[in-house]
Amino acid sequence: MKRETEHVTSFTFAVSLGARPGQFIMLWLPGVDEIPMSVALDDGKKLQVTFFAVGDMTKKLAELKKGDLVGLRGPFGTHYIWEKKQKLALVAGGYGAAPMYFSAKEAAKDGCSLEVFIGARSKEHLLYEKEFSKLPKTTLHIATDDGSKGFKGFNVQLLEKMLKEKKHSKKSPWVDQIFACGPERMLVSVSNLSSQEKIPAQLSLERYMKCGYGLCGNCVVDPSGMRLCTEGPVVTNDLARTITDFGICHRDALGRKHAL
Amino acid sequence: MKLSQTVLGVTFANPTILASGIWGITAASWRAVARNGAGGVTTKSLWLKEHKGHPNPTIISTDHYTLNAVGVPDAGVEKARAEIGDYMKVPAEGPERSRRVPLIANIIADTVDHYGLIAEEIAKLKPDFLEVNISCPNVEDEFGRPFACSVGDASAVTKAVKAVSGKIPVFIKLSPNVDSIGAIALACAAAGADGFTVINTVGPGMAIDLKSRMPILANKVGGMSGPAIKPIAVRCIADVYRATEGRLPIIGTGGIMTGEDAIEFLLAGASLIGIGTGIAYRGASIFRLVCEEMEAWGKKEGVKTVGELVGGMHKAVRSM
Repeated sequence: MKRETEHVTSFTFAVSLGARPGQFIMLWLPGVDEIPMSVALDDGKKLQVTFFAVGDMTKKLAELKKGDLVGLRGPFGTHYIWEKKQKLALVAGGYGAAPMYFSAKEAAKDGCSLEVFIGARSKEHLLYEKEFSKLPKTTLHIATDDGSKGFKGFNVQLLEKMLKEKKHSKKSPWVDQIFACGPERMLVSVSNLSSQEKIPAQLSLERYMKCGYGLCGNCVVDPSGMRLCTEGPVVTNDLARTITDFGICHRDALGRKHAL
Repeated sequence: MKLSQTVLGVTFANPTILASGIWGITAASWRAVARNGAGGVTTKSLWLKEHKGHPNPTIISTDHYTLNAVGVPDAGVEKARAEIGDYMKVPAEGPERSRRVPLIANIIADTVDHYGLIAEEIAKLKPDFLEVNISCPNVEDEFGRPFACSVGDASAVTKAVKAVSGKIPVFIKLSPNVDSIGAIALACAAAGADGFTVINTVGPGMAIDLKSRMPILANKVGGMSGPAIKPIAVRCIADVYRATEGRLPIIGTGGIMTGEDAIEFLLAGASLIGIGTGIAYRGASIFRLVCEEMEAWGKKEGVKTVGELVGGMHKAVRSM
């Protein structure tokens, strides 16, 4: 157990579920609730999750002690896909840094070079900074909304700036792919940048999930009716742009639509 | 083997139907299921007013069975109007993407009067069939024993729905968890039911986590579905078919995984085949796979149409 920031905690379990970067698990606290959580690490021996104590369940989780009992099932959903020795830009917003770290760690094993863009409100909220900096062939770029560390502004703006500085073009690409995980507003910016610069992107989309394996239907999006627990959460930008709900609205536990 | 059939005036391109409660909470979802080969789709149970479900865990699966106590969440009739309206505005004919297969609207309520009210509202939206859920085992704590467990209650709900359903055929979804499903079916038939959906989930059942020693489902108990319940479904279909002398069509559902399972259901007396939990086991393409397997079986056996199989077991028994 590790307290990352004031509201963010990481748990490491001495089990592996064979999860790939971008996949999620269902985490059960007996007598309380069970919620989806993206995997921050699964190295075949241990599994790690990082969460923000924001709801009833996550607040109770944050109060647990070493040795307390939780249930895990999974892994579920799609994962990020790369080719050996690719140049990847990883865009991580808030606790989206956790699955991005897992992707970075695994992609580094395949000889990929990584440009990592971590974004947060301010320097106290930056996650996995130290861990990223230890990875091989990795350059870390930091953006904070208030400018307390690194670039003042959003991490996607910083990526856009870097693409210009590095004279990225289709012929001499600075990056081959963009991976992103974070708030949906950030994902929309990544999606727009990806389309504009014609760089393939993979985005992790979050919707209300109950079962995690395609039965309850709560995580469907319009107009395709696809279930984001099964055909997502990681989708290509091309697929994300066919989702009319993307960046606009989500469905609650009763299936009713709300603006994001 | 020809898979298409006309049931109570509605033509289904094949007998596979998305069963209620799985996936189907939006118009887009129903269209997605149709693209995967389903001959028809059933909505998740629709309430008159907003109804909250149970907390998680709500669903778990093993190789043999699935237990669920989702608790029938729904936003109420406004959402039903929006989604069914969206679905029905697409013409039934047209390109594959926007194909509209027959829609079965599943309704649920807490009292006989409320069944009448929700049926009246949903009938206005002109779904192809109404299916009445009187058999959910997951709201017993709220509402007591399901209406499907008593001849009087089942009959009263059927009457209330039939009084307002107009020309739309009414299917009553029956519970396997009763002494005589045949007697319940006969009572519903006498009250005007046009068909039956057989069966809802079995049990309820319970699964316990060994470490915490707690029931895994937050509701403690949940309805059982999946491969393990298939023989119960087959027996219940046969009972209902026999009790009603094969006069009323049956949507057979419960544990179907393969085309041969589907054939078994037809032989027991079902005209249409509901698939739900099977999606977890074989993916969304289960509808297409089951159809392909049925066709392959028909070819091998020299059977020309699905229709000639319905109730085949009863004929075989009589001819012995």
